[in-house]
Amino acid sequence: MSSIIRAHRVAVAGLAALALVGLSGCGSSGPGTASAQGGDGAELQLWTLQNEGINGVQQEAVDRYNEGSDDKMVLSTYVNDPYKAKLQTAIGSPNAPSVFYNWGGGNLKGYVDAGQVTDLTAAFEASDVKERFISSVVDVATIDGKVYGIPMQGVQPVSFYTNKDVLKAAGITEFPVTWTEFLAMIEQLKGAGVQPIALAGSQGWTELMYVEYFLDRIGGPEKFQAIAAGEDGAWTDPAVVRSMEMVQELVDAGAFGSNYAAVSYDNNGSQALLTSGKAAMELMGSWEVTSLNDAFPAFLEAGSLGWADFPAIEDGAGDPANIVGNPSNFYSVSARAADPKAATDFLLSQMASDEYVDGMIGVGQVPAIMGLEEKVNVGKFAEFNAFAYDRVLTAPVFTQSWDQALPAALSQTMLTNIQQVFNKQMSPQEFADAMDAAA
Amino acid sequence: MTKAQPSSEAGRPGFVWAAPALVFFGMFALLPMVAVVYLSFTEYSGISTPVWIGLENWRKLAADPLVGDALRLSAMLTIASWLVQTSIALPLGVFVAGKGRTRSVLAAIFFVPLLMSGAAIALLWSTLFDPNFGLASIVGPLIGLEDGNIIGDPQLAFYAVVVVIAWQFMPFHTLLYQGATRAIPAALYEAATIDGAGRFRQFTAITIPQLRDTIITSSVLMLVGSLTYFEIVLILTGGGPGTATRILPLHMYLTGFRSFDMGYASVLAVLLLAIGTSLSLVVTKATGYRKMASQREGL
Repeated sequence: MSSIIRAHRVAVAGLAALALVGLSGCGSSGPGTASAQGGDGAELQLWTLQNEGINGVQQEAVDRYNEGSDDKMVLSTYVNDPYKAKLQTAIGSPNAPSVFYNWGGGNLKGYVDAGQVTDLTAAFEASDVKERFISSVVDVATIDGKVYGIPMQGVQPVSFYTNKDVLKAAGITEFPVTWTEFLAMIEQLKGAGVQPIALAGSQGWTELMYVEYFLDRIGGPEKFQAIAAGEDGAWTDPAVVRSMEMVQELVDAGAFGSNYAAVSYDNNGSQALLTSGKAAMELMGSWEVTSLNDAFPAFLEAGSLGWADFPAIEDGAGDPANIVGNPSNFYSVSARAADPKAATDFLLSQMASDEYVDGMIGVGQVPAIMGLEEKVNVGKFAEFNAFAYDRVLTAPVFTQSWDQALPAALSQTMLTNIQQVFNKQMSPQEFADAMDAAA
Repeated sequence: MTKAQPSSEAGRPGFVWAAPALVFFGMFALLPMVAVVYLSFTEYSGISTPVWIGLENWRKLAADPLVGDALRLSAMLTIASWLVQTSIALPLGVFVAGKGRTRSVLAAIFFVPLLMSGAAIALLWSTLFDPNFGLASIVGPLIGLEDGNIIGDPQLAFYAVVVVIAWQFMPFHTLLYQGATRAIPAALYEAATIDGAGRFRQFTAITIPQLRDTIITSSVLMLVGSLTYFEIVLILTGGGPGTATRILPLHMYLTGFRSFDMGYASVLAVLLLAIGTSLSLVVTKATGYRKMASQREGL
């Protein structure tokens, strides 16, 4: 046998082996699917975001469930941005998780429209835990009247966080409740030589928070509801243009200093401004408190952190008690869940359980559960938690962050455009027209 | 199963030797390329099934206001990266190729960025570019930027990106030049010294011509590399402020993995593929890269 033929044989064998590897690679079943059908002893993947404190509480809930069940729930954690891409590619595949973390709103609707989410309405209505969840929060995961997600962590309203020492030094004792007073405070702070507001302008979502509050205060929550519903001309509404004008007025007033476009939230750039006293306040979600506690513990220990509601805007149509932010995050059951019934049972039996709720409060979260007035008022962040909980309970409308409520492509365009309005590269009217064209 | 082959080729590598590599190339390069071309004619969000929509995505390309800018920025980034990196890496490589302890120590230090991941480098630099607390707050006032606003400025952000990318990749090209310089026979320099050539003359008349092939190799790597490279831009500026640093590959990534418009992202991918392939073809053709023969023989 010549060496050429031998080489051929080897190569063919090699090719066959490769092909096998390739085929089995393509066809491999994800966790759960192989053993899925029975219901007995299925493995259920639970995907959630990485967060040291919260993950511990979630693991305990999983352990409690596993003890009383034949199924095995397995917790996997991911970091924020890669998670969205990973979920998007995995959810339609055999590797889809059984239970997945999501943001409700447009984010969840994308998966529902693709037929990838199990309808929880019947099980939710029948369960005795239905009454325990704050209904305005469950609404965010309710699409076309059907419940697709169960709130699984704290409510996250957006409000102002202040450096009390800086405000005091500038002679400000009461945080303003009207916009006129607010603008006067900006001047007063500038006079005192500090930057009034810290803004992480390299990230569009921090700027979005101003736009959300402006539109809600000026035009009321209906204006954004029209946008979210995709109504014609919703973006070119005068209230939207006025909101963007107020953004540029605030920029022109020097409220954010001059270099905000280079400041990042991810490397604590804006928090450093606030805690060092170079800036007096920051508009942020309620995670700011635990985040500051991690990065700048001395600032909290000194009692320098204050918080306040976004002021009312005179002549505005919106109720000043309205809030914006992330009502909560949600767990949904994937349509490809190894055992949808078991996954639903897990959510309904654990997410409102006393152990889970207490655990969440213990790590600084304020769950979207009724009747926690006493319970949240404990621990290191008692005062703040009570404030946040009260706001969520009493707010007539809790508008979800626009970048979560809108479809992904539209929200990306919006964030880029908002950045350009803040940087004066785009006028308010151009913004309205560009968004109208994109929607 | 085999045809008899000319005896002169007996024992020489034939087609089958290349088969494993070809299979890999087919599975992980050609197949995805074909798939991307297919996806560019569909509407696809990454979930559900792709829906055939014909040329709609391609029409979108003509109407996309961001594509022109993205192309221009990518071209500028490619040229600027090549200019900056070559003009620093070449002399630096020649310098550290020389003998001496100092040079060896310096060479080791220059090498460090190559050991770091792109993401780590981008995070490090984003902290340095913080206008209030980073290096930018110290350097800014020295160069006329009182508020240290470098990556927040639509013009300067682009140059910041060029600098950071250069910082990451220069060590590699320095290494190429260092190795190539050491391979130049000492006899050439000795002869030149006898002829009375000074150091600068030796550099221009011997070193540069001898490095010709390395310059071409390094340039091809830089040009094609910076056309598709985007991770530092993604982490450092995210394409901002606004769209000031939204280069073509980043535009593709954000469209695909943030906006979940895989169909249109595939159009951008095909565009990138076409540009990248033509660029490397043109460069290799124009520089005679393909005819490049070893220069060691016959010296």
